Amino acid sequence: MSSVLGYFKQEYLPHIWCPGCGHGTVTGALVRAIDRLGLDKNKVCPVSGIGCSSRAVGYLDFDTLHTAHGRALAFATGIKLARPELKVVVMTGDGDCAAIGGNHFIHAARRNIDITTIVMNNSIYGMTSGQYSPMTPKGMYGTTAPYGNLERSFDLCELARASGATYVGRATSYHVPLLIDLIESALQNKGFSVVEALVQCPTYFGRKNKVGGAVEMLEWIKDGVVHAKAAASLPPEKLAGKKLIGELHNAPAPEYTAEYDELIAKVQRSYGAFQGGLYGCASNSD
Amino acid sequence: MNSPAKLMQGNEACTIGALAAGLEFYAGYPITPSTEIAELCAEELPKVGGKFIQMEDEIGSIAACIGASLAGKKAMTATSGPGFSLMQECLGYASLTEVPIVIVDVQRMGPSTGMPTSPAQGDLMQARWGTHGDHPVVVLAPGSVKECFELTFKAFDIAETWRVPVIVLMDEIIGHMREKVTLPDPSELRPLRRAAPSSPAGYRPYAADADGGVPLMAPFGEGYRAHVTGLFHEESGRPSGRGDVADRLLRRLARKVEKAAPLIEEHFEESLGDAEILVVSFGSSAMSALSAVRRARREGTKAGLLRLKTMWPFPEALVARAASRARRVIVPEMNLGQLAPEVERAVWSGNCGASPGRATVGRLGKVTGELFRPEEVYAAIMEAQPPSEVRPPSEAR
Repeated sequence: MSSVLGYFKQEYLPHIWCPGCGHGTVTGALVRAIDRLGLDKNKVCPVSGIGCSSRAVGYLDFDTLHTAHGRALAFATGIKLARPELKVVVMTGDGDCAAIGGNHFIHAARRNIDITTIVMNNSIYGMTSGQYSPMTPKGMYGTTAPYGNLERSFDLCELARASGATYVGRATSYHVPLLIDLIESALQNKGFSVVEALVQCPTYFGRKNKVGGAVEMLEWIKDGVVHAKAAASLPPEKLAGKKLIGELHNAPAPEYTAEYDELIAKVQRSYGAFQGGLYGCASNSD
Repeated sequence: MNSPAKLMQGNEACTIGALAAGLEFYAGYPITPSTEIAELCAEELPKVGGKFIQMEDEIGSIAACIGASLAGKKAMTATSGPGFSLMQECLGYASLTEVPIVIVDVQRMGPSTGMPTSPAQGDLMQARWGTHGDHPVVVLAPGSVKECFELTFKAFDIAETWRVPVIVLMDEIIGHMREKVTLPDPSELRPLRRAAPSSPAGYRPYAADADGGVPLMAPFGEGYRAHVTGLFHEESGRPSGRGDVADRLLRRLARKVEKAAPLIEEHFEESLGDAEILVVSFGSSAMSALSAVRRARREGTKAGLLRLKTMWPFPEALVARAASRARRVIVPEMNLGQLAPEVERAVWSGNCGASPGRATVGRLGKVTGELFRPEEVYAAIMEAQPPSEVRPPSEAR
């Protein structure tokens, strides 16, 4: 316990999350994974956007960055390129990542930049009090879906895989040991990694959809998933409407910042006598 | 000693200025008429161990620059009006979190897609007020190719010294025009770098004198474990919803740029001493204005030119002083009047002993997507003459 507390800026507590919220569970899973890996606290950099999930970074005892809505991955891209030695972790939510930040998500995955993205998917905009998100299941309710959500929801893990992420997994705030394992593997993957964590929002999603409080929501989340390994041997009717959890994709590929460093080395070899930008530009440009 | 003279474009001089200032990171998205800056950075940065990335949009570009700057690198992006609009939210983020970055806006005709390859100066107010909330920014406007080098270099010094985003406000003419330029020897340049704390012990990321102090900036990854947020924050970096914390922070930020103003102000002037007709302009409009003022002088009209290079913080006292003997102030600009109201406010403010209200301020806006012809400014100067004073050109020397 004490080792986990050591990863928090305790003077920044108490946190702002509602009783029963799942974000603390995911944040706890992250620090447990970091602890297991024995990462240097001075070389871990959690970055977030806006929303309930994004407040997580502010409680952590690392260099932490709380940015603009949807833009965490773009800020993180700058940090990672500037200091590839840092372990950059993006903590985001379903609205922050899949709606306003969707484009950055796709392109960060495409580049296979070494950033671990943890998406806390509570299927709702919690900070603004209960509007539907791109991950709200069809037919469920939100304050902006008073007659039921007409839109189809994203499968973010499929999106990540199709966009080029090299490690993708999904767990829930019910399956905490699995969540820690997946985050640990994601942190070790040299490339763009995504771990989607299905979490409960009893305050807005649970109440609006009459799912119940935190405990009922956790049961509801558990009943909505099947482990990918078990799914292989189940008939299709048992899988209908279920989301898969577990490691969903693991396909290492050359990493962007490592390739960038190779490019720099190659360019610098071909411009061996190069003296710096000012002279270089003056002699190279037309 | 200078480097050899060379024919180059404004966008090129801007890039060389950034590299001379120690640019290490560029993130951008292609947009006319700024794209040459990105192309040149893509080519040059790897040679010096720096990095270029073409992001998926301009929002991502400025965000990546802020991230790189927090990690200790000198960072820049370049864009034009539409992209600059997209950057506004994160520009406010950089202001509030005090992250040094340089943003080059090579202005084109707007609003919207407008005339993408035509020059304009319609972003002057966007540069100052484009993001929401009160916020400090510095905006510099080069008026020649050489100044693209000088002011971009200076933009980094200001950004690093005052921890403020600095906008280099160019226009299509300034960016694409080619001039013969002699640049200083790089070994003679002394680019500045942000002040860093000496030890993580007791480090408070936003501890600074309330009277416009600049906090010390620790780069990510060196053991300081600081929190940076776009929420209002205490000196410790911890978010705060307290009114007194917000008030103190916002006033410090505003005061910071007030204190910087006299140290960074720069302008060009010609024949101001006895000018009865004052022309105030910036960027490429001022090139035509200079030609018009010189012609009017040759013909015996007491005209003068004040060309602003520091647009924001607005040099109110300077403008008031320049207008103190003038009957008429003319403001040529490639928009429908963005600088003119600022000039009017300065002239009428009575700042620095000027007689309030003595001069009238005339707007000379041009929105055809073309550069001013010197004759257009000249005609405005002549119109400002009382009829008896207008001598036929034949009498003029």
